Amino acid sequence: MRRLLLESLFGGPLTEAPPLVDEASLAELAGAVDRAARQRLGRSLSIRQVDAGSCNGCELEIHALGNAFYDLERFGLRFVASPRHADVLLVTGPVTKSMREALERTWRATPDPKWVVAAGDCARDGGLFAGSYACVGGVSAVVPVDLHIPGCPPSPTALLRGLLALMEKPASV
Amino acid sequence: MTGQAAACGPWPRRIVDKAAWRAASDLLAAGDRSLLGLWGEAATVHLALFDEAAGGIEILTLDCPDRTFPSIARVHPPALRLERTVRDLFGLQPVGLPDTRPWLDHGCWGVTHPLAIPPGPAAEPGRYEFLPSEGESLHQIPVGPVHAGIIEPGHFRFTANGETVVRLEERLGYVHKGIEGLMAGADLERGAKLAGRISGDSIVAYGIAFASAAEAASGVEPPQRAIWLRALMAELERLANHFGDVGAICNDAAFAIMLAHCGVLRERTLRIAEASFGHRLMRDLVMPGGVATDLAGTAEQQIRAFAAEASKRFAWLVALYDHTTSLLDRTVGTGVLSPAEARLYACGGPVGRASGRTFDARRMPGYAPYDRLRWEVPTLDDGDVNARILIRMREVEQSLALILQLLDGMPPGPICAALPTPSGATAEGAALVEGFRGDILVWLRIDGDGKILRCHLRDPSWFQWPLLESVIEGNIVADFPLCNKSFNCSYSGHDL
Repeated sequence: MRRLLLESLFGGPLTEAPPLVDEASLAELAGAVDRAARQRLGRSLSIRQVDAGSCNGCELEIHALGNAFYDLERFGLRFVASPRHADVLLVTGPVTKSMREALERTWRATPDPKWVVAAGDCARDGGLFAGSYACVGGVSAVVPVDLHIPGCPPSPTALLRGLLALMEKPASV
Repeated sequence: MTGQAAACGPWPRRIVDKAAWRAASDLLAAGDRSLLGLWGEAATVHLALFDEAAGGIEILTLDCPDRTFPSIARVHPPALRLERTVRDLFGLQPVGLPDTRPWLDHGCWGVTHPLAIPPGPAAEPGRYEFLPSEGESLHQIPVGPVHAGIIEPGHFRFTANGETVVRLEERLGYVHKGIEGLMAGADLERGAKLAGRISGDSIVAYGIAFASAAEAASGVEPPQRAIWLRALMAELERLANHFGDVGAICNDAAFAIMLAHCGVLRERTLRIAEASFGHRLMRDLVMPGGVATDLAGTAEQQIRAFAAEASKRFAWLVALYDHTTSLLDRTVGTGVLSPAEARLYACGGPVGRASGRTFDARRMPGYAPYDRLRWEVPTLDDGDVNARILIRMREVEQSLALILQLLDGMPPGPICAALPTPSGATAEGAALVEGFRGDILVWLRIDGDGKILRCHLRDPSWFQWPLLESVIEGNIVADFPLCNKSFNCSYSGHDL
């Protein structure tokens, strides 16, 4: 343990500079997020992740946001265990019909003001699973979505760009 | 066992009668065969058996003109959830099935028996009755489907007496996406993409399993270089997952430093995968006939440097684990899976190998290029959380050594063979491939135009999830995350 601690102390941080905010995400958010809500929240967002039928690929990359390279919490972003504590629902998957009710209930349990971020290509329109008897096909078919982060799965950098866009004031408004 | 033979490379498939089907269930119950899979078609059921003593695999097929078949689960419990699934998806009735509740069907698909021809009418969602627990001072704890962490959805119903769990019942199926339904009618290219999206942590393993089955069906041999590149990708995938699991299990015992350091190793593995093949999780790179991408320019040197660095750092982490008695206090003796139960369920992967099983699909039935490499299959008999961590640690060491051997022996040449023009006749193929979690079975039938008629993909989790219910009994509720993470079963791979 001593060797690990000393090395961590003197080895310099692994954490990388934040990525630039995604312009496309900002444009999408410009109309969706109001300024008053931002002021009330300050620069801190609590995120509740909901897997609504993903293959688990998105979850793996969302997990990676917590590692030393991306260090999500330095931005005031953190994952919380309950929707009651959340400002943002980060939803993945094509929304299976068996998860539809759980997603709706999670959304209703999240206090206002709240945003929904749909992560991954499945979450946009069902992706490769669109048209299945078992899938609703896209998060916006079930709850209102403020921001999509594309990718299969989105890389941690893409996720970070999208989430940071939620916290930045859109340049165009 | 006799019966009419059907062509299914590389193993025999026989069409049998009910008597032979029942005889197979007796062989399973007696432990003379292991259950590799049980799946349906519109009017038939298939059973894949593994003879561990002789190393042979055989598929039995039973026609069900009266839409029933003798239940295997009646005498061999590992078939139970598979038979409930055949019933849900195809409407075929297993006669004598000990548990007739639906399994994957939660009553909200808008259709019943979606893969039957024709499917049944929509049903009202019914109430799902959990199994009863009787006794004084028992209370229930429902967990999920939306969990507290960033994990897949499923429901756990605990019955506890104070802190001690007396029964855990799983209810899965929440992430059923109807993948086998989407497979029907797809071409092999789309089929490979779907197979690669069954479980996001096993993208390469599923890719190899599907491609191998498709190659067996169409009689094409991928180039040697493609086979070696596939193995390189598979070992990188195994490394990334084992790093992640070792860190996450220790984190569930509140030993966060292990998660931090294993997280760095996992991230470095994914970055090497991206630098070498262009995608962190190696999405859509394995395809029938070969692989889509060759190693990038300087990738070999980068992988060698990574392997040397990871070996050094992981050795420190292994030492840290071995010397932290407060952590060992949580993992040793917790969540014990007995070798007898692991054998009964033919439990694969590190979970099985931590409970006395020697089975690894890379070795038996075995496939290229692993027969040309020097490596060991680590096993332990203790079956506790500690053993499951130690097996993963040994497998990390094996994979790091395998990666260097794969680079040393990498044959030159093309990376993809063209698939032959469809022959006009239906063809079948199957494959068994060792992912990081265990053996993945794929069975595939294509029609004369090369379109998929039926594709079944069986995740190793099918034979691990039921055992998690068993190992938690008598442990405290607070140790469930440790037990669960040390199994790390797939929800998406199981629910399909």
